[in-house]
Amino acid sequence: MGLNKSDMTLLIVVAILALGAPFILNPFPVDSGMAQFNAGYPDLMQRFVIFGILAIGFNILFGLTGYLSFGHAAFLGVGSYAAVWMFKLLSYNVLPAIALSVVVAGLFSVLIGYVSLRRSGIYFSILTLAFAQMSFALAYSVLSNPKFNLTNGETGLQVYAGDPQIFHREGLPDVPHLFGIAMRDNFLELKMGGWEFTFNNGYYLCAIIMLVVFYLAIRLFRSPFGLMLRAVKSNQNRLNYTGLNPKPYTLAAFIISGMYAGLAGGLLASMDPLAGAERMQWTASGEIVLMTILGGAGTLIGPVLGAGFIKYFENIFSKINDNVLHQWFAFMPDGMEDFMVFIVHPFVGKGWHLTLGILFMLVVTFLPGGLVEGGQRIANLFRNRGKKKGDDDSYKPDPEHHPKETPHVAE
Amino acid sequence: MTKMDLTRRGVLKTTAAAGAGLALPTMFTSSAHAVTNDPMGGTVTLGFNVPQTGPYADEGADELRAYELAVEHLNGGGDGGMLNTFSSKVLDGTGILGKKVEYVTGDTQTKSDAARASAKSMIEKDGAIMITGGSSSGVAIAVQGLCQEAGVIFMAGLTHSNDTTGKDRKANGFRHFFNGYMSGAALAPVLKNLYGDDRKAYHLTADYTWGWTQQESIAAATEALGWETVNNVLTPLASTDFSSYIAPVLNSGADVLVLNHYGGNMVNSLTNAVQFGLREKEVNGKNFEIVVPLFSRLMARGAGENIKGIVGSTNWHWSLQDEGSKAFVKSFGEKYGFPPSQAAHTCYVQTLLYADAVTRANSFAPCDVAAALEGFEFDGMGNGKTLYRAEDHQCFKDVLVVKGKENPQSEFDLLEVVEVTPAAQVTYEPNHPMFGGDEASLGECNNGA
Repeated sequence: MGLNKSDMTLLIVVAILALGAPFILNPFPVDSGMAQFNAGYPDLMQRFVIFGILAIGFNILFGLTGYLSFGHAAFLGVGSYAAVWMFKLLSYNVLPAIALSVVVAGLFSVLIGYVSLRRSGIYFSILTLAFAQMSFALAYSVLSNPKFNLTNGETGLQVYAGDPQIFHREGLPDVPHLFGIAMRDNFLELKMGGWEFTFNNGYYLCAIIMLVVFYLAIRLFRSPFGLMLRAVKSNQNRLNYTGLNPKPYTLAAFIISGMYAGLAGGLLASMDPLAGAERMQWTASGEIVLMTILGGAGTLIGPVLGAGFIKYFENIFSKINDNVLHQWFAFMPDGMEDFMVFIVHPFVGKGWHLTLGILFMLVVTFLPGGLVEGGQRIANLFRNRGKKKGDDDSYKPDPEHHPKETPHVAE
Repeated sequence: MTKMDLTRRGVLKTTAAAGAGLALPTMFTSSAHAVTNDPMGGTVTLGFNVPQTGPYADEGADELRAYELAVEHLNGGGDGGMLNTFSSKVLDGTGILGKKVEYVTGDTQTKSDAARASAKSMIEKDGAIMITGGSSSGVAIAVQGLCQEAGVIFMAGLTHSNDTTGKDRKANGFRHFFNGYMSGAALAPVLKNLYGDDRKAYHLTADYTWGWTQQESIAAATEALGWETVNNVLTPLASTDFSSYIAPVLNSGADVLVLNHYGGNMVNSLTNAVQFGLREKEVNGKNFEIVVPLFSRLMARGAGENIKGIVGSTNWHWSLQDEGSKAFVKSFGEKYGFPPSQAAHTCYVQTLLYADAVTRANSFAPCDVAAALEGFEFDGMGNGKTLYRAEDHQCFKDVLVVKGKENPQSEFDLLEVVEVTPAAQVTYEPNHPMFGGDEASLGECNNGA
């Protein structure tokens, strides 16, 4: 497959994780108190891989060229809208929807990239942010007026019974499907002892697509083109002096990255046929940046980990309420129980942002290389056991960062 | 560079293997039960999906309190609240159909995407049989659509847009709260009495679905009185300063300003309008007036002094003196120490109505529950006689017209009821053009799989 040994191992590990997710994410029996922390239900698993795709794509731009885009959510949103329009006009089959979402997001990123890439550093970030907020405002109100309703505004674009759906036939499911296989259905529900594992059609479609684009990203990272992008990141001036024009390379990276985001948007709509404008809001763009930095910018697996981390907090921690807390601490004496609930309360439920914020700060402070660096440190700890002390310099934050660390934001 | 070898034989082989792999698992597809999340054990799980962060977090927190109170009452705890005043007597404090009521909560973040993700996790992971909540119409419509697809019942919380039971109505979705059309129809006669039938109105409207339907409804109702609509200006939802929108009002010749804003928007625009001295102005020989079609106590608190004397409509207010309202305010007040908001009221009532419908239908199947709710008439829930109309799943009941109190006694005593508009006056045809016309349909009810 054109991969070296370590990359092949990485791909295989990711494949095992992705395909075995229903088992891996459901480690606790359904009736146990810990079942709250199970993440192996279809919707969240789909989100893990879809936002993983988004972060992989973002990393191609940010991790390789150092251009920090603050408007990537716009491509996600455009992809979603394109996909839902395909559902409305053609049929609920997801293939044309996903294809169009990639194409439209690609075209959209040519437009935004051409303008934004005239500047670098902070100015580039501001330009992309401005474009994304513009797209959000357009989608939220301007393009949803009753006379010309492209986005359906606040409610979000969805499929109505009156839509043409010219290829829809009797017998096909009335939800997004792949040649009749409904995305929302599970092909297998395993009950083993106290455990329950759900195998969802939509999830496996997303997981397979994720593996394909992950493979493409590895190839891109290791290609001469990828090397060129790294050169842009390490010193753009030097590149200019050698007579090379970096613009086509950065624009290509921007477009590829936009298409990844569009693909993620199309998949989101295919799993749940509704496209809301808030997908394009600046907070959504910021979330993508957080995912990448949290996981480890410039590494292959980091962004996927970061995406999973954030989505896990958003969906699991936000659902822990006082009622659940009281059940957890029920074994304690009354006063003690109330005290523990009082202590934990601000960090769960509506406080999930707070917990995430604290963890983000800790990671950035102590593990500048993100979760990947944490993993490497642990691995090194095991590897160095038995060796003498003082071997610590064998640790490298990121093998890609030679000869020396370069700033993540292009200057 | 690449080492990929593609031969025709290899590709065929791989494709065949992949195809077989994909086809194999479908043989094991099981259809164990006919109803999504049909409760099998001794408990039944309800999903409370409210905004805990974002602009409507206050409303969300109050809704959650109401839900917890409702669950307590359904399970036989507390003083029973409205169970004692509800005209239907099938609920006896032993849960729903003998199953203890449990609940899960989630954060909608007032975003339709996040709300759907949260509702999906309740359905897929926690086995919720009914989803309720929502503090904005966009979210309510999005989650209602999801519940329709997934085959569970959706009991809408605070959602005021005509669309929820208009063009976006769904067979599995039900709304107890009133809507924009009802606000307009209830306000119009009161406005006529207070301000006369020869007025020129200027509208400032939040630029999204709810704002438009609200403006459309109010303009239609006041124009029927003989008022003239001078102008309608759409304001971006994210605005915090409305001064630039207020200044032109003074030169437009209008003598009434209608603020089709909600939440923080309304607090800011009203404050700006008062700061510009609009209320002291005299135009066309009449006092300048400001109208806020949808009021809530939480908004009134935000607007402070500026709310005094401003007229608007509301679904329910805690100072009502009927038995149902008194019982609810008493048990809510005892548990939390302050009176409930209208959002809390509608959420509490929706939970009880659902439990009652399940019990009368003797089934958790959404289609049976829907049939029990359709055309259901009840009383004793704080709004007088109420009908759940079968055609669009909208409740029809009296609407309160309220005014900001001049001399509030406490921080909760901010609104006084000017008039109770009878239900007959706010009733409309199910195929009313503002509600999607003849095209709007509930579709088929869905029991899920």
